[in-house]
Amino acid sequence: MSIQEIQDEIVEEFSVYDDWMDKYNYLIELGKEMPPIDPMYRTEKYLIDGCTSRVWIHADLDQEGKMIITADSDAIITKGIVALLIRVLSGHTPEEIKDTELTFIDKIGLKENLSPTRANGLFSMIHQIRMYALAYYTKQQSAKKD
Amino acid sequence: MLNVYKIREDFPILDQQVYGKPLVYLDNGATTQKPLVVLETIDKLYNRENGNVHRGVHHLSTITTENYEAARDTIRKYIHAAHTHEVIFTHGTTSSINAVAFSFGEKYVHAGDEIIVSGMEHHANIVPWQMLCERKEARLKVLPVDETGDLMLDKLEDLISDKTRLLAVTQVSNVLGTINPVKEIVEIAHAHDVPVLVDGAQGIQHEKTDVRDIDCDFYVFSGHKIYGPTGVGVLYGKEKWLNEMPPYQGGGDMIKKVTFEKTLYEDLPLKFEAGTMNYIGAIGLARALEYLQKTGLDQIIAWEKALLDYATEKLKKIPGLHIYGNSKQKASIISFLIGDIHHYDTGMILDKLGIAVRTGHHCAEPLVESYGITGTVRASFAFYNTKEEVDVLYNGLMKVVEMLS
Repeated sequence: MSIQEIQDEIVEEFSVYDDWMDKYNYLIELGKEMPPIDPMYRTEKYLIDGCTSRVWIHADLDQEGKMIITADSDAIITKGIVALLIRVLSGHTPEEIKDTELTFIDKIGLKENLSPTRANGLFSMIHQIRMYALAYYTKQQSAKKD
Repeated sequence: MLNVYKIREDFPILDQQVYGKPLVYLDNGATTQKPLVVLETIDKLYNRENGNVHRGVHHLSTITTENYEAARDTIRKYIHAAHTHEVIFTHGTTSSINAVAFSFGEKYVHAGDEIIVSGMEHHANIVPWQMLCERKEARLKVLPVDETGDLMLDKLEDLISDKTRLLAVTQVSNVLGTINPVKEIVEIAHAHDVPVLVDGAQGIQHEKTDVRDIDCDFYVFSGHKIYGPTGVGVLYGKEKWLNEMPPYQGGGDMIKKVTFEKTLYEDLPLKFEAGTMNYIGAIGLARALEYLQKTGLDQIIAWEKALLDYATEKLKKIPGLHIYGNSKQKASIISFLIGDIHHYDTGMILDKLGIAVRTGHHCAEPLVESYGITGTVRASFAFYNTKEEVDVLYNGLMKVVEMLS
């Protein structure tokens, strides 16, 4: 599935919830279910420090040249949103990720969680994912030339 | 007793819905809402009476100047300063502290000297002193806080040395709510000839403040935390210090005579007010203080105390809730966590219920980290809050427990 298709799928899933509480309960569930990040990445080096909640993130390339993103947060609602972001982006090529527009956050009514404040680290997390993508993309391009 | 329902009519912002729920505003430690009289004043000034202060010969400039200087005197009376020229307008608490750290530091702090702050300070009362210490190769020392959330005053004598140049301490902790015995602290410091700066950002709106009784050398606060406009604050300093200290900013209005060879500075207070000040903010702040006096400070303090007691008892009933800061002397601020539920999650759910609280480290990282946590949820009450709102908070927190445990 393409990034856009996954985004559409999430929007579809959320359309059954008309109450914020159902949405949050779903996010809490997603947060609880998300596999924890490898402890070696739950360190200062991979930390995106928000004013309130913290996010750890790491991205690697698999053998097919796709980006595998793992992440974690100390706040469960943040973690739920992180899980959604990973579902949308992880497993795609750096090229796809670096140019992608994340439209689903707004559509499922979680925009306030992504305001460019330092509050929860999510805004910086997306920025960090794009940086990873750009770095891996550049690396792939120069490998092709060699 | 204060009629809180009548009071609320003076604060139009309180009467609104957030996500379809009535707004319960409990983030007064971050900023307070403004009474109509302040809003109307600002509106009138911009609509009818705006001219730059101290500059023009024309009608508008003259009345603005009169209003601005009258505001300065209102503030002098409110904090019981001896002289009107001891009241300097700034942009807020942070800029007041930075002004002292620069001006006082420039003249009196040298290599090897020491500055003392307390372990419960807001970053605004830590970082400017750290910067000063770096600039001057001086040392920052910290007066510790005990488990209850009180300053360990018995350690103060040992901390002060003949190298100590200044002590900076908050009147009320923005995280713990502790009301510090600033008068006693000043007494101890003065016995060693150490001047004291009191950070009144969280104190002045909850306490009657008399700078001459406290006998502090500097007292600073922000307009927006005491029901006044944002972008205006006060630096009170004893005349003897302000006269000696060099200005920290140069520009218009702070000079007597400028030539390219030498500039003569203005007398107090203008020496410290370079450039166009937020004069409309200053006048608005004076209106806010008059409003508080008219409402009655004793009544306000009594109501806030009643709210604090009611909320403390109520919140303690929530399973697993732990309150940070249990001093006997507390302003209406409650910091807490419920079990291992993250403060951000709590804040997010309360937000959806229309309840505004602050979450995080409240710009006091050293204090918060000393408890081994990354932050707390903070409910801070103003005199326009009701017991019913405390009940809404309680129910909201029970919902948080239900959703997250």
